[in-house]
Amino acid sequence: MEKWHLMAIVVLIGLTVRWTVSLNSYSGAGKPPMFGDYEAQRHWQEITFNLPVKQWYFNSSDNNLQYWGLDYPPLTAYHSLLCAYVAKFINPDWIALHTSRGYESQAHKLFMRTTVLIADLLIYIPAVVLYCCCLKEISTKKKIANALCILLYPGLILIDYGHFQNIYNSVSLGFALWGVLGVSCDCDLLGSLAFCLAINYKQMELYHALPFFCFLLGKCFKKGLRGKGFVLLVKLACIVVASFVLCWLPFFTEREQTLQVLRRLFPVDRGLFEDKVANIWCSFNVFLKIKDILPRHIQLIMSFCFTFLSLLPACIKLILQPSSKGFKFTLVSCALSFFLFSFQVHEKSILLVSLPVCLVLSEIPFMSTWFLLVSTFSMLPLLLKDELLMPSVVTTMAFFIACVTSFSIFEKTSEEELQLKSFSISVRKYLPCFTFLSRIIQYLFLISVITMVLLTLMTVTLDPPQKLPDLFSVLVCFVSCLNFLFFLVYFNIIIMWDSKGGRNQKKIS
Amino acid sequence: HSTDFEVHRNWLAITHSLPISQWYYEATSEWTLDYPPFFAWFEYILSHVAKYFDQEMLNVHNLNYSSSRTLLFQRFSVIFMDVLFVYAVRECCKCIDGKKVGKELTEKPKFILSVLLLWNFGLLIVDHIHFQYNGFLFGLMLLSIARLFQKRHMEGAFLFAVLLHFKHIYLYVAPAYGVYLLRSYCFTANKPDGSIRWKSFSFVRLISLGLVVFLVSALSLGPFLALNQLPQVFSRLFPFKRGLCHAYWAPNFWALYNALDKVLSVIGLKLKFLDPNNIPKASMTSGLVQQFQHTVLPSVTPLATLICTLIAILSLVLSPRLECGSAISAHRNLCLPWSSDSPPSASRVPGIQPSIFCLWFKPQGPRGFLRCLTLCALSSFMFGWHVHEKAILLAILPMSLLSVGKAGDASIFLILTTTGHYSLFPLLFTAPELPIKILLMLLFTIYSISSLKTLFRKEKPLFNWMETFYLLGLGPLEVCCEFVFPFTSWKVKYPFIPLLLTSVYCAVGITYAWFKLYVSVLIDPPIGKTKKQ
Repeated sequence: MEKWHLMAIVVLIGLTVRWTVSLNSYSGAGKPPMFGDYEAQRHWQEITFNLPVKQWYFNSSDNNLQYWGLDYPPLTAYHSLLCAYVAKFINPDWIALHTSRGYESQAHKLFMRTTVLIADLLIYIPAVVLYCCCLKEISTKKKIANALCILLYPGLILIDYGHFQNIYNSVSLGFALWGVLGVSCDCDLLGSLAFCLAINYKQMELYHALPFFCFLLGKCFKKGLRGKGFVLLVKLACIVVASFVLCWLPFFTEREQTLQVLRRLFPVDRGLFEDKVANIWCSFNVFLKIKDILPRHIQLIMSFCFTFLSLLPACIKLILQPSSKGFKFTLVSCALSFFLFSFQVHEKSILLVSLPVCLVLSEIPFMSTWFLLVSTFSMLPLLLKDELLMPSVVTTMAFFIACVTSFSIFEKTSEEELQLKSFSISVRKYLPCFTFLSRIIQYLFLISVITMVLLTLMTVTLDPPQKLPDLFSVLVCFVSCLNFLFFLVYFNIIIMWDSKGGRNQKKIS
Repeated sequence: HSTDFEVHRNWLAITHSLPISQWYYEATSEWTLDYPPFFAWFEYILSHVAKYFDQEMLNVHNLNYSSSRTLLFQRFSVIFMDVLFVYAVRECCKCIDGKKVGKELTEKPKFILSVLLLWNFGLLIVDHIHFQYNGFLFGLMLLSIARLFQKRHMEGAFLFAVLLHFKHIYLYVAPAYGVYLLRSYCFTANKPDGSIRWKSFSFVRLISLGLVVFLVSALSLGPFLALNQLPQVFSRLFPFKRGLCHAYWAPNFWALYNALDKVLSVIGLKLKFLDPNNIPKASMTSGLVQQFQHTVLPSVTPLATLICTLIAILSLVLSPRLECGSAISAHRNLCLPWSSDSPPSASRVPGIQPSIFCLWFKPQGPRGFLRCLTLCALSSFMFGWHVHEKAILLAILPMSLLSVGKAGDASIFLILTTTGHYSLFPLLFTAPELPIKILLMLLFTIYSISSLKTLFRKEKPLFNWMETFYLLGLGPLEVCCEFVFPFTSWKVKYPFIPLLLTSVYCAVGITYAWFKLYVSVLIDPPIGKTKKQ
């Protein structure tokens, strides 16, 4: 069969799954007065369409910021405006100022779902397909299988098409993916442009910013800061500044505007964490109520320090030895550090970690699959709230089966295939009996999967005791957090021991 | 949700809460029980599981009852019954050897066949989106075909008899079964030249076959015979009160006939040949109604369709050349299916023979039987009375088995499935379902075309320019019907136009596929084999 036929089939499967999930319920369906993220998105269309640009981020009688005020960068607002024009064409009631609040109908749901699908089809899916085609050192069949697995990743599908994230993840992640694609194919300027767009679409993309910065800086250093490297650095700086200026142009006219947007983007006063989220602070909260004990600014400093320390080694390594592979792994570990330690993390932010993990799926299939399963599991309370149990179970199973068959992950658990060879060799210098690493990891996988399945079953079937109504969701967060910590250590080990292995192999060859 | 949910809910309620004697008399709901008794028993068994999901759905008077648990139960019952279908597909895949083309799994005929059957777009949307229990019925049919391939004739006959008492639409293909079993099972030997050795007739086999069929029928209809309700059962099973065509014209011969009638009447009105007062109003205003009255062409009666169908199946008019039939290859029926080493002896003579006669005079083993079965199904779809568009699946699924065997069959199969599946689009008419049906259809079509092309890449291309053009035309048709038309001013005035266009366009393709299949069955030997000599 021709390759492009197979690729077309893979994309079609991805689209079918996406649309099927989108037939389900969304967040806040029929739940006045606040509704959910779906209503937020619709509300932004209303605001951006009816109010002048200057008032978008300001509280006024027409724009109550307490009711889903716009708190994302300008590009999101422009996207909402674009959707609003389409909505106006179809049915002006959908975006009428004030009166459309809480508007729900089948046709409107269809419209909102279609906007997601179109954005996905234009930005995320082409990036995935192109990325898989550009992968080196694997057969065409593997590339297609890789594309299938990435497209079937349940977390993104469920959040974008089921829950209806109040910001289209596929757009920001798609831009980020274009960025990764550009940077690793040596089109640095285009790559950084795409990434700037991603940041301007969703500020959470800053999780990925450091690796981009370090990788590009490392490249400049490598070319020599006095010659080509400097030129590249200047060009990159120009591109970044220009794209930011373009996106923010309407808000640069007054100082107060810019500050207000920034205040909306980084709501420091919302606390260390809000809902149940699988990061360190929320899990630690079970034992010690940090949120109530420490003053806010200390929380801020503390989380900043932890984040910074945890991602420092990987970033320094990347500056010193910029490589495309190291870049991808650093993306994972940085995003994971941010997710685990930073301030005001949302449970959906795990998607920002999942994207780079999807990118290394073909290199460490076993660990990536495991991580992606855990990441989907960590959003379980959220998905249950939206009545998305059935789609989550089905898509997760489909994803798992796709990964198992296309990568035969259970046969790829040797130290070499887990990329832990050089690490275990160096440990063995001190501990000669350290030979059980791969078996330990297999057992851990088994334990982790069993816990996840059991917890899911318990959450679905049992009622929590009256004293602890949040028992199961806290347990879910706690278990996922433990898993994520383990992954953080694992990815850092890979990054730190990476080039040693490379050098050894070169010596052997 | 489609009305079929309510239909099956009602049947669950009827079989659960009423005694057998009431099953075929109950008429609280308009969806009366009109399937044969085995299906009623099947619903009865299901209802005993259903009561653990939602007791309320088992109440006969609870019309149009629908709860999320009812829905869940009904969906799951279809999925669960598909296990039989999957098993049947596995058995079918065992039967075909196919040529060894590629080493890779995905290029093997078995793999392709299993995907073609399991991912069949039509079955998927009819069963799992529209909601019906076709999966396990087709499973029974495929299983009985597989048994015939494996020379386990009695089992095959038994399964088919059971199937008939589940859903009587399978009567369409019964002639193929009957003739094949009679010819290849009851006659134990052939003359060297392939004609029947009359003396080899085995009464024991005939009687045992008859006994199997009789026992199954007795089990099914016996209770109603004892209750003296048989006429009532039959009147429910064969309602001739309905019109020639379904509300939406199935893409068959009658769709073309009706369309021609319409065109003629319009032309007649324009040229003043027809008096506007004499024209029945329904035909011009609503377009698609149950009782379609022809204005120019003669109206069609049930008997006429029956005759047409029989002619298509038997084709008596074609006056079989008997002597030619007897001269046909002797060893065909001894050869295993798909083995191409059959001696070419007398098979050079291309005879023109109708399908059933081919099966009798030129028995080609199970493969010939399969072609005949497909042709029977397709012919009755073409000419039958009040045919539903879903009936096209009856031809598509057996045809899948043929498609992986020979390039010619593959080409017919692709035209038939693509048009046939497209003609099912009106089943799913709500906007949220639109992307799903398009995506699934594309998925299946791209897969079937590309995989069969790969399988037969060494032979001549599967489509000629005309067929390619026709198939590509489905795209613009879909765009016109579902994306452009709703925004035009004709939507209110002529709401039936998209359905009409779809039906007529697909009818052309299906008629073409039927004709091509017919010709390929009649002209024997296949051209490929004569060239080899």
